[in-house]
Amino acid sequence: MADISDHPRETFRISMLLYDARYRSLTIQVVAAMLIMLFLAQLVDNTVTNLAVLGKDISFTFLWSTAGYDINQQTIPFTSQDTHARAALVGILNTLLVAVLGCILATVIGVFAGVLRLSKNWLVARVMTFYVECMRNTPLLIWILIVFAVMTEATPQPRDFREGGTAAMIFGDSVAVTNRGVFIPNPIWADGSGIVVAILILSIIGIFVLRYVARKRQEDTGQQLPVLRLSLAMLIVPVTLAFFALGRPITLDYPVLGGFNFEGGLQVRNSFIALWLALSLYTSAFIAEIVRSGILAVSKGQTEAAFALGIQPNRTMQLIILPQALRVIIPPLISQFLNLTKNSSLALAVGYMDARSTLGGITVNQTGRELEGILLLGIFYLITSLIISSAMNFYNSGVKLKER
Amino acid sequence: MRTATGKVSTCRCAALSQPLFWVTAKPCKFVPLTSQTRFTALAAGEVDVLVRNSTWTFTRDTDLALDFPAINYYDGQGFMVPRALGVSSASELDGATVCIQTGTTTELNLADYFRANGLSYEPVPVATNAEGQQQYLAGACDVYTTDISGLAATRATFEAPGDHVILPEVVSKEPLGPAVRHGDNAWGDIVRWTTHALIAAEEYGLTKANVAELAAAPTDNPEVNRLLGTEGELGAMLGLDADWAVKVLSVSGNYGEIFEANIGESTAVGLARGLNAQWTEGGLQYGGPFR
Amino acid sequence: MTSTSKVAFVRATMLPEQAPPPGVAGPVKWLRENLFSGWFNSLMTVLAIYIVWSVLSGMLPWAFNGIWDAGSLNECREIRDARGLESAACWAVVNERWLQMLFGFYPTDNPVLARLFYAEELAAAGGAEVVFGGGFNATQQVEFISAMKDDVSNAAIFVFGYWRPLAALALLVVAVAPVLYSNLPRSLLIFSLVYPFIAFFLLWGGSVWLPVLVALGLLATIMAGRYASAFVGSLGGLIVSLAVFAIIFMNPLGAIGIDGLFPLLPQLRGALDGAMPWGLPYTASENFGGFMLAIIIGTSGIVLSLPLGIALALGRQSSMPLIKWVCVSFIEVIRGVPLIVWLFTASTLLNYFLPPGTTFDLLLRVIIMVTLFASAYLAEVVRGGLAALPKGQYEAADSLGLDYWKSMRLIILPQALKISIPGIVNTFIGLFKDTTLVVFIGLRDPLGLTNAIRATSEWNGIYWELYIFVGGLFFMFCFFMSRYSMYLERRLRTDHR
Repeated sequence: MADISDHPRETFRISMLLYDARYRSLTIQVVAAMLIMLFLAQLVDNTVTNLAVLGKDISFTFLWSTAGYDINQQTIPFTSQDTHARAALVGILNTLLVAVLGCILATVIGVFAGVLRLSKNWLVARVMTFYVECMRNTPLLIWILIVFAVMTEATPQPRDFREGGTAAMIFGDSVAVTNRGVFIPNPIWADGSGIVVAILILSIIGIFVLRYVARKRQEDTGQQLPVLRLSLAMLIVPVTLAFFALGRPITLDYPVLGGFNFEGGLQVRNSFIALWLALSLYTSAFIAEIVRSGILAVSKGQTEAAFALGIQPNRTMQLIILPQALRVIIPPLISQFLNLTKNSSLALAVGYMDARSTLGGITVNQTGRELEGILLLGIFYLITSLIISSAMNFYNSGVKLKER
Repeated sequence: MRTATGKVSTCRCAALSQPLFWVTAKPCKFVPLTSQTRFTALAAGEVDVLVRNSTWTFTRDTDLALDFPAINYYDGQGFMVPRALGVSSASELDGATVCIQTGTTTELNLADYFRANGLSYEPVPVATNAEGQQQYLAGACDVYTTDISGLAATRATFEAPGDHVILPEVVSKEPLGPAVRHGDNAWGDIVRWTTHALIAAEEYGLTKANVAELAAAPTDNPEVNRLLGTEGELGAMLGLDADWAVKVLSVSGNYGEIFEANIGESTAVGLARGLNAQWTEGGLQYGGPFR
Repeated sequence: MTSTSKVAFVRATMLPEQAPPPGVAGPVKWLRENLFSGWFNSLMTVLAIYIVWSVLSGMLPWAFNGIWDAGSLNECREIRDARGLESAACWAVVNERWLQMLFGFYPTDNPVLARLFYAEELAAAGGAEVVFGGGFNATQQVEFISAMKDDVSNAAIFVFGYWRPLAALALLVVAVAPVLYSNLPRSLLIFSLVYPFIAFFLLWGGSVWLPVLVALGLLATIMAGRYASAFVGSLGGLIVSLAVFAIIFMNPLGAIGIDGLFPLLPQLRGALDGAMPWGLPYTASENFGGFMLAIIIGTSGIVLSLPLGIALALGRQSSMPLIKWVCVSFIEVIRGVPLIVWLFTASTLLNYFLPPGTTFDLLLRVIIMVTLFASAYLAEVVRGGLAALPKGQYEAADSLGLDYWKSMRLIILPQALKISIPGIVNTFIGLFKDTTLVVFIGLRDPLGLTNAIRATSEWNGIYWELYIFVGGLFFMFCFFMSRYSMYLERRLRTDHR
């Protein structure tokens, strides 16, 4: 504070700690710090006392002992002889799996619904409004339970697929919808499949290069390349050629009815489907509103100006409207992704083995390490959401309007 | 205030809990918990006793810092399957889908049993017995597994109990009893000796009907006299009234009476005494000496 | 052209106006513009009609052919087959269990029911004094009550048996109305302030003097502070308030081992209870359940989280690094972890953090946890509103010489809150919907009760009917809230666009 030196120096009095704005904030902070320390000390003291009374301690060694339980949905191999730490990892991966797939599906449905809600077609707009209001105004848990109940009660049992049964597989005997989940063909990666995948990845990189080249060319010469058709060709042709040239290294394993259940193929469990669909449908309603308000936030003058410049309608959308709308859309969209990730902990309702059910559920129960287990679970969710929100802050600082 | 968990409606729970709270004469309340949260709640001091069946195991006793003062039911884990499946032994369950309550020992026993026998299975975790029942009836799992007594009780509520069989294999030892916290010893004593009073009463022929009469004046059996408080100061040693056992027994009778009234062969659940017969009749129920 | 008569005469009157040709006005025009303006639009219309038709054609006959009178799902199915219907909803489950889904195991006011609807049997049994006043033992009483409930219709039980929660709800509407609609007289706000005490008394019952004395005690605290601050400054007023609060609600001398007259509240309560033992039968919070529970948790959470959220948002903007740091970490930690983990912590782990031996009501813990959770979200919404205000507003407030609290109260917050209204209401809707999560910690919320109903042998396998009922209840409340937010946005819009 430069202006202090302009005044004659006052002598310091105790009362200035309260009545002088220069010192008051210091006083408040010191008092607050003391109160917080006192509170935390009390908390720690209570916990230590309580633990001592119970004869317990805090230790994380339980993570390395044998889990002893099985998990039905595994993204990495897991048996009951693996450790609790690995069980937690399986749970975490399951959480991330349903969260990522949920975010993708929710975005697709949400953008679709949001754009349709703005449609000039009266009926379509009304239907979409109805959808959005229904989803937004009922608890997510009800949707999860409804989807799960429908999946378990309204679909046939595997034994109904037997000869003379009431149910049949669909899509040329490749997919079976049962009350234990949907069985779909599972790709088998034989030798040479790595090359096909590598070619696919290279083509995708190639498409990005192509887009860059095309934009540069347009900026330099004004000529446009048929980017869409070229990219599609790049995406499909090399992979297909490689696939057949290498003698079809990727085959499908079809589900067949075994003793109790379908065997082979990939079982997409009901618990997963219920959680995934319900999370996506619920979140998509919020995303639809975000997309709608994002598009409405771009003033009509922008479109008119673009038309006045002679820009085609689809180029207007791409070059004028979307970049401006996205600035409004992306931040709340990411916080919806964050919500979806956290809401995936409702997996509990349908027995989906996510991080809460393994680390915060069975492990805590079998080992009696509730403080440690819940602490680790909390840290996992916290780190996930901090990563997502720092990504959002990074984006925000990049696109925000510069004020003084 | 003493708090207990469990649904009052289920059989074994009521058997212990009613007499227990009669004797303590303290205000008590039931806190409904799921099998997932019960030990956490007990350890954290949220409740004081788990009256619903908790299995006494080594790790729960030591590592979870619980105490199991008494065993009131000897059980074992079994499997229930629809009769239509045509399964007669658990060894035929390779590849089956099994509904299982999470947070219980059954989860670990199941994994052990199938691994030891080289069988594969698909676990479907459910949170409550009600949910498991519903999934099983909908056919979302082939097998429902829990303690045999629980299976029998569940089957009794089915519309057609005869369509479901309980397989003969018993894959685990499940000594069930009330659980209390380590270090809550005086309370643990009350829980232990209440259970033993119920068992000993059956041995000595004390019933709900005759307990008041026998407690009126000392009998010629000194053990009965001490139990009923007409001789000695046993009640005071527990910090209870002298007639604590009389109060316990007048609620719903002795162990055998409670068993018969709630889960015995005459009820829908229809369980035989089996291991839970008196030791004098070849069972394991052995009431402690009251002296 | 010599005379005007040479000019061709056409007609003396105007032609009557004709209707516009079909297709440029009226319903046809509307249809054409809104539904069939192009091939793509027409295709969309047809598709939408098909979807609506297929949903409604499945749903409406199912819902309207519903069976209202049956004892179990199987009975429902038999009735359906007897009527030759393809599909029919089994509304009987709702008909039989709706009271339970609304109130859980909250006890009915049996003496009132007996006097009103069961008078003859009551007289035959010896009158209310015998039945409810100690003449009957517990078993006889239970038998009498269950016989009565079989006899009395659900609607009568709803209105008279549950008059306490219903009165609390009706008064809630009265209490909330002046807050929501500013054209109502301001004096009604006093009732809004008194309402929490009335609601507590109606719902939990017990002695009437507890809520009355707590309310008076708080009033005394505030008045003493105000009165004192006129003489000894605002800090002195605060200290006086705290002192008055301490002698009414706590025993400040207890720390040095002196018990006696203080705290005042229990002493007064004891005296008044002795002199005028007025009250309602006490109901413990374990008995609360059903939709009532959602409303109690939701309303308390909403009311309590707003001030806390605003305080957190201001703290986050604070120039004091410590305050800012504390608020930021609180908000981020609360928001970063799912509510279900917090509820689990509140319900089972909290005892680790409390002094040994303390325990308090689970419902209260849930309300506190939900409040903290919602306030972290609200803080972010309000922060958005604060950040959206032009800097000029802050500078203008400073240049008028207003201190921090005055500038916030008079200049900044009214504008910032106005901007944040949609966000605030959305947070409230989210909070209300999140009350369903308490099912995981063993409270009997409506969804938990549906699970219990689905597990009984009568209703095993039923789901749509129950979920539609519960979902419909939640929808009503949330939809009202979102419409209200739109109304408020329109009314508060001050820019004349």
